[in-house]
Amino acid sequence: MQKKHFTFHVDLDAFTPASDEEKEYLVQMRPSSTFFRDGVKRLLKNKVAFVSFIFIVVITLSSIFIPMFWPYSYDDMLGNRPGEPADMSYNNLRPFEYSRTEQALMDEGEDVMPHIFGTDAQGRDYFIRVIYGTRISLAVGFFASIIVLVIGTLVGAISGYFGGKVDLIIMRLVDIIYSLPDMLMVILLSAVLRLTLDPVIEHTPLAAVGSNIISLFIVFALLYWVSMSRLIRGQILSLREQEYVLSARATGAKGGWIIRKHLIPNCISVVIISAALQIPSAIFTESYLSFLGLGVDAPMPSLGSLANDALNGLATYPYRLIFPAVIISLIVLSLNLFGDGLRDAFDPKLNN
Amino acid sequence: MNSKTLLYIAKRILLAIFTVWVVITVTFFVMHAVPGGPFVGEKAVSPEAQKVMEAKFGLDKPLFEQYVTYLGDVLHFDFGPSLKQRGLEVIDIITDGMKTSLVLGVIAAFTSALVGIVLGAIAALRRNKLVDRIIMIVTTAFVSMPSFIMGSILLLLFSTTWHLVPANADTPAGLILPIITLALYPMAYITRLTRSSMLDVLGQDYIRTARAKGVSGPKIIFGHALKNSLIPVLTYFGPMLAYIVTGSLVVEKIFSVPGIGSAFVSSITKRDYPLIMGTTIFLAVLIVVMNLITDILYKVVDPRINLE
Amino acid sequence: MALLEVNHLQTSFFTDAGEVKAVNDVSFTLDRGKVLGIVGESGSGKSVTAYSIMQILAGTGKIVGGSVKLDGQELVGSGESVMKTVRGNKISIIFQDPMTSLNPTYTIGHQLMEAIMLHTNRDRKQAYDRAVEMLRLVNVNDPEKRMKQYPFEHSGGMRQRVMIAMALACEPDILIADEPTTALDVTIQAQILELMGQLQQELGMAIIMITHDLGVVAQMCDEVIVMYAGSICEQGTADEIFYNPCHEYTKGLMRSIPTADTAGQKLQPITGTPIDLLNMPEGCPFAPRCDNAMKICIHHRAERMRINDDHAATCWMNVKNAVDKGEMIIENEEGGEDNG
Repeated sequence: MQKKHFTFHVDLDAFTPASDEEKEYLVQMRPSSTFFRDGVKRLLKNKVAFVSFIFIVVITLSSIFIPMFWPYSYDDMLGNRPGEPADMSYNNLRPFEYSRTEQALMDEGEDVMPHIFGTDAQGRDYFIRVIYGTRISLAVGFFASIIVLVIGTLVGAISGYFGGKVDLIIMRLVDIIYSLPDMLMVILLSAVLRLTLDPVIEHTPLAAVGSNIISLFIVFALLYWVSMSRLIRGQILSLREQEYVLSARATGAKGGWIIRKHLIPNCISVVIISAALQIPSAIFTESYLSFLGLGVDAPMPSLGSLANDALNGLATYPYRLIFPAVIISLIVLSLNLFGDGLRDAFDPKLNN
Repeated sequence: MNSKTLLYIAKRILLAIFTVWVVITVTFFVMHAVPGGPFVGEKAVSPEAQKVMEAKFGLDKPLFEQYVTYLGDVLHFDFGPSLKQRGLEVIDIITDGMKTSLVLGVIAAFTSALVGIVLGAIAALRRNKLVDRIIMIVTTAFVSMPSFIMGSILLLLFSTTWHLVPANADTPAGLILPIITLALYPMAYITRLTRSSMLDVLGQDYIRTARAKGVSGPKIIFGHALKNSLIPVLTYFGPMLAYIVTGSLVVEKIFSVPGIGSAFVSSITKRDYPLIMGTTIFLAVLIVVMNLITDILYKVVDPRINLE
Repeated sequence: MALLEVNHLQTSFFTDAGEVKAVNDVSFTLDRGKVLGIVGESGSGKSVTAYSIMQILAGTGKIVGGSVKLDGQELVGSGESVMKTVRGNKISIIFQDPMTSLNPTYTIGHQLMEAIMLHTNRDRKQAYDRAVEMLRLVNVNDPEKRMKQYPFEHSGGMRQRVMIAMALACEPDILIADEPTTALDVTIQAQILELMGQLQQELGMAIIMITHDLGVVAQMCDEVIVMYAGSICEQGTADEIFYNPCHEYTKGLMRSIPTADTAGQKLQPITGTPIDLLNMPEGCPFAPRCDNAMKICIHHRAERMRINDDHAATCWMNVKNAVDKGEMIIENEEGGEDNG
């Protein structure tokens, strides 16, 4: 019998079996949570996306609320008062400059709201025009995306769920619309729709918005739903193959219930991300058209048309380009960054 | 090339032809849906003169007859005379404009592709290092900024303020800014595309196999990785051309370039129907053809692709 | 001198979440012409060990300690220029998934010839002939035709043969096979294993067979290493491991194999889930799942204990058994002796 000597000092008791609790102590499992909670956590950690989101909220709220208390209106040519001679000193003011009339008022002790961005060639306060332009851009972006979302989802869902002939026809249509050069069609259609719509909406509240914007929405509704519908259809097709649809069927569930309860919630993250990224592209299209002169009607400003107008006096009044340019760039940039952040946080395919 | 590929190509060509026909038809009927016709609002035209002009341009015939005639003409590259630019045939206006726009577009396309691929590869290889982060920030900015903003700002800085380049596109130097403006977005997009594609490829198993065989670093990048990385980039070429065509609309406006873009925009504001239709169809055909070539190329380059 | 000597190898991955010690003090040797099996679950570190030997670790992985000597030459820290001559030439590796391990845009011939021309002095014609010869060696029929084809035109079994041909083209001393049959059908598995055994006989190379399939180990391996959570639990000859397992983990593995004797009885898997390598406990990594874990296992990692000339294990149970049998004496703190 060999004696092997142990050189470290140990308590014999250490060789008795360990209890389950002691084993538990060793294992610290990471807490699990649901998909959405995980995603939101990830999103909040993403500083860039978070800052972008704050910016978007601030800009949106500004564009909604500032016009409510700002003393100047976007179409108010301050030098032109009916019945009075024109006061040209209101025109082309630099930021924080005052016209003669305003100067006189201030000398008398009255408070005059400064023109933060100066005035344009017609004596309109530039700041409020930029704000209104922002409002238009955001509104167009938002509503156009909703239109695209609704139509695209409906068509995609129908196509994906019913399959067969319905699917075939719809997909052929999608192919054709998809291969049309979109910008060209948009320009063409808005130009024509504008002319057709003008007489139609003349005395309705829509006239203020301008037939161009209406036609823009119509064009979006006609052309831009295709990629969303393809996406939804793809989601539905892949989900149909999932086991649980089979099992739901097995328990006697009817078609509509299957769609609502099982398929759609799973598409949600894909849809939201796609919709979020749709907004900056809609804003871009609107400002592009406005820049070309095919967008909103004067006097309603758009960031694009403001930029276009600024080209004329670029050497003398460069700030007239810079203000709308910076704002529209920041809007599109932060929407893109936020959309990227959403995708990084929620896209199941990117998770490891 | 096997029969499957040929069948696919045939189907795509058919679709392209069909799309072009749709464009022609839509354009035609949309233009003619405008109430009043092209001469409404012309100040110096009396009703009799208007009738004469309408007869001259065939506008008094029934719509469908006009359509068929037009279709036939288009197939012969005859888009008719311009309505507002007296004495000029639409096709001539188009070819004139294309001379400038083509140069602009091609140079912009190649520059953006070259620079984009190189930058994207660098960013992928130096992932998460400073170079990569800088490239990503810059490209994000360029991708988000609308081209007309970029162009206007470039005009402001380099021409108006610093007087480095002329504002007009009359001289070759005047083409620098328009080309840069056109190239910026595709370049940024291609950089990002190349980067993500290359990162994806570098993580693939077959790259590990190549390394395990003893293949050296540069050879792995240029031999194994690059070829596979460029396939997604290739598919962007069709849409890129579409972008450059539409981008030229604003670029030509900002820098006063006498190209097909300005012709198109002014045709709309002037309601010059034949010119509108001619340029729309021409540009649309260009885009459709490029998409077709890209699709076919893609299928040929990657033998695995099996699109339905 | 052994062909391959691995001493106290340590490899970690530096991720955003922290340092993952994938290989934690691994030592073994491999002699010429022998077949060594590395067995373990996913995440046990067996593949990372192999990649460390060849230095083909993915981005965030680094060898942080230890040495790897091939024929006496130290590989760790030797640099790319040395490793390039080793990879594919002196040590080759074939991977688990043949579907993704071959470049889809190059022909099979091109990929084979690339390996050959990289490490030998053959010209294109000679490389071509050698490639065809290798394809014949791995029992690929109609090799000339295959040379011009692309990987996606072939089945998994065929691709794995091509991988083997590519790996053996330069007559390496060691072939590392990282789960070569896991992704294949059972019948193809048998063919590939038979092929490997046959080639090993003919060419006399050493093989490191990484697998989680004990059947493969039994069939092919002379010696076995059992890994868990980045460390070696037990190593020895195949016979020793199978018939005299001395680590609770190995015993659990052996118990879970259904045999003719246990037919009709419930299967006995090892309960619990593999450890989270980011949260390594201070004691034995297997303790949470071990039915026979003792108090000492919770707080102290066991040391490597020699069972006999061909067998070592890292498990406190051996100490307990020896004490119970009276083969060992523990000196407790009071200094006295205790025969348990």
